[in-house]
Amino acid sequence: MLQTQNLTFSYDENVRFQFPDFSCQAAENCLLLGQSGSGKTTLLHLLGGMLTPKEGSIIVNDQDITKLSSAQLDRFRGQNIGIIFQKSHFVRALNVEENLILAQQLANLRPDKTRIQSLLDRLNVGHKLKAKTDNLSIGEQQRVAIARALVNQPTVILADEPTSALDDINCNEVIALLEEEAKNVGSTLLVVTHDNRLKEKFSNQILLHSQQTA
Amino acid sequence: MNIFQISWKNIINKPLNATLSLVLFALGVGLISLLLLLNQQIEEKFDKNLAGIDLVVGAKGSPLQLILSSMYHIDAPTGNISLKSARPFLNPKHPLIGMAIPLSVGDNYKGHRIVGTSPKILELYDSVQIEQGRIWENVFEVVVGKVVAEKLDLQLGSKFYGSHGLIDDLDLAHDDVDAFKVVGILEGNGSVIDQLILTANQTVWAVHDHEGSESDTSHHEGHAHAMDLSVPLTDYPEKDITSLLIKFKSRNFQTLNMPRSINENTDMQAATPAIEINRIYSMIGDGEEALRYLAFIIIFVSGLSIFISLFSSLRERRYELALMRVMGASPSKLFLLIVLEGIILAFVGYTLGILLSHVGMSIFATQMEETYRYSFSGWEFMKEEGYLLFGALGVGFIAAILPAIQASNTDISTTLSEG
Repeated sequence: MLQTQNLTFSYDENVRFQFPDFSCQAAENCLLLGQSGSGKTTLLHLLGGMLTPKEGSIIVNDQDITKLSSAQLDRFRGQNIGIIFQKSHFVRALNVEENLILAQQLANLRPDKTRIQSLLDRLNVGHKLKAKTDNLSIGEQQRVAIARALVNQPTVILADEPTSALDDINCNEVIALLEEEAKNVGSTLLVVTHDNRLKEKFSNQILLHSQQTA
Repeated sequence: MNIFQISWKNIINKPLNATLSLVLFALGVGLISLLLLLNQQIEEKFDKNLAGIDLVVGAKGSPLQLILSSMYHIDAPTGNISLKSARPFLNPKHPLIGMAIPLSVGDNYKGHRIVGTSPKILELYDSVQIEQGRIWENVFEVVVGKVVAEKLDLQLGSKFYGSHGLIDDLDLAHDDVDAFKVVGILEGNGSVIDQLILTANQTVWAVHDHEGSESDTSHHEGHAHAMDLSVPLTDYPEKDITSLLIKFKSRNFQTLNMPRSINENTDMQAATPAIEINRIYSMIGDGEEALRYLAFIIIFVSGLSIFISLFSSLRERRYELALMRVMGASPSKLFLLIVLEGIILAFVGYTLGILLSHVGMSIFATQMEETYRYSFSGWEFMKEEGYLLFGALGVGFIAAILPAIQASNTDISTTLSEG
């Protein structure tokens, strides 16, 4: 599960974000909606432990991640949080399989090639196992990025604008895929977006207002 | 898949950058290693062939040339001296001289020098033994060095004609006199004697006396053939020799003054091997030093190229580094990743460089053997090359350290927000 309390963040004196408290239960899907500049990405980075909040707490799986040391946070993030970025990036020197193995190893987990193969098969990119990531289409890259976020069976999956570059058909497909895979591994799925097409697909919605105060 | 493999894959993912760094590194290391090899082997050869000789007496001219021609057999002799003037040195009762070996140089067989001398010359070169056969007892009998026998395929009883001069030239073959006959083959001992064809001084005279009488009507009568080796050389005061190799009984004040007294009071010159060889070393040393600086500059540039290629790749890779952080990699892991890339490049460059220098040395060795009849080896390894390895890894580490620090400081959030 994922829960925030009294979360604030500021890049500098002038820019300060105050985020609403919210919580997503285990195996629940939540949508975080907000317009550009509402601090969506900042919130996502806070939830993913990539930024440290000014105040407040973020509880992932009963652990307040704001209380972790940076080394502990690195390990916790690798094992418990899967992140899908707006644009898919990979270690370009490695092929698809190696990128997924890397994700397992960096989280201090044993490489599991059968899991990687079956995950990629389910996402319809099983035949790209040995391909260089540069040679994949955008759609394939996104599927591989989803596979990477899921490979360690994280407690929480954070997806940043996963559908912004997709047409309606692909948009529906990707969201269905994310929901299904999150269900498969029993993860909490949090989709951060400004894409209104997703509104009707999620019951639990959190709205971010442009509440940036000068 | 460990961090080493990731570093390696990152390197081969940019083959052009890697190649540039590797080529530069290999050149620098190769040049240094080649200089070390050459230096060591040349010094080894020179030292071995010093053979405890204290003084070389020969015709006036360059002392270095006298040493090179009489001891190392790589230069032309300075001229001849008459036995009349050399006679005092050949006196077995000379109070200072323990051994005086006369040399008559001037002919060759297929590039190997034919040296007229006394059998005592074998004592000079670690008392090298005759492996097969015996020492010469008559004129035109020769004892050949191990390398000569192997290269020219000479056996006991083989006959051949020498040719005039010190380089192989068929037009100058002495084929109008008796052939040389191999009566002995020396064991190999790694010194210059392996490369020589030894015979009596009288043989050399016989060949050339005959040549002198060619215009004569008494062609082919060859009085020289009758020369008796039991008659001491000093009984032929009208004959010439090329030089004398001298070993003192002991070194003292008188022997110290002997070269100067010879140079001032006779028409001969005396050269001290140790002094001349040190002159060679210092001459080689200057050139070598310049080359060594060049090599260090190349290594510096190769370090710079590793630094630049890592640094510029960081710009492209900052997103994937941030990604690795998100996936759980600690900053120190990213530091290690980049440092390893520098060290791997340095190590591979070093290996290529060492390979380059040893292959180069092998090629060079064959050439040297043809030109100077010295055998060098391309496949001797030195402990200095071990130090060079540490130096090389150090350069790789230093070149990588700034990029590595930058990589470990990757700010995940900022980098990923740039998308």
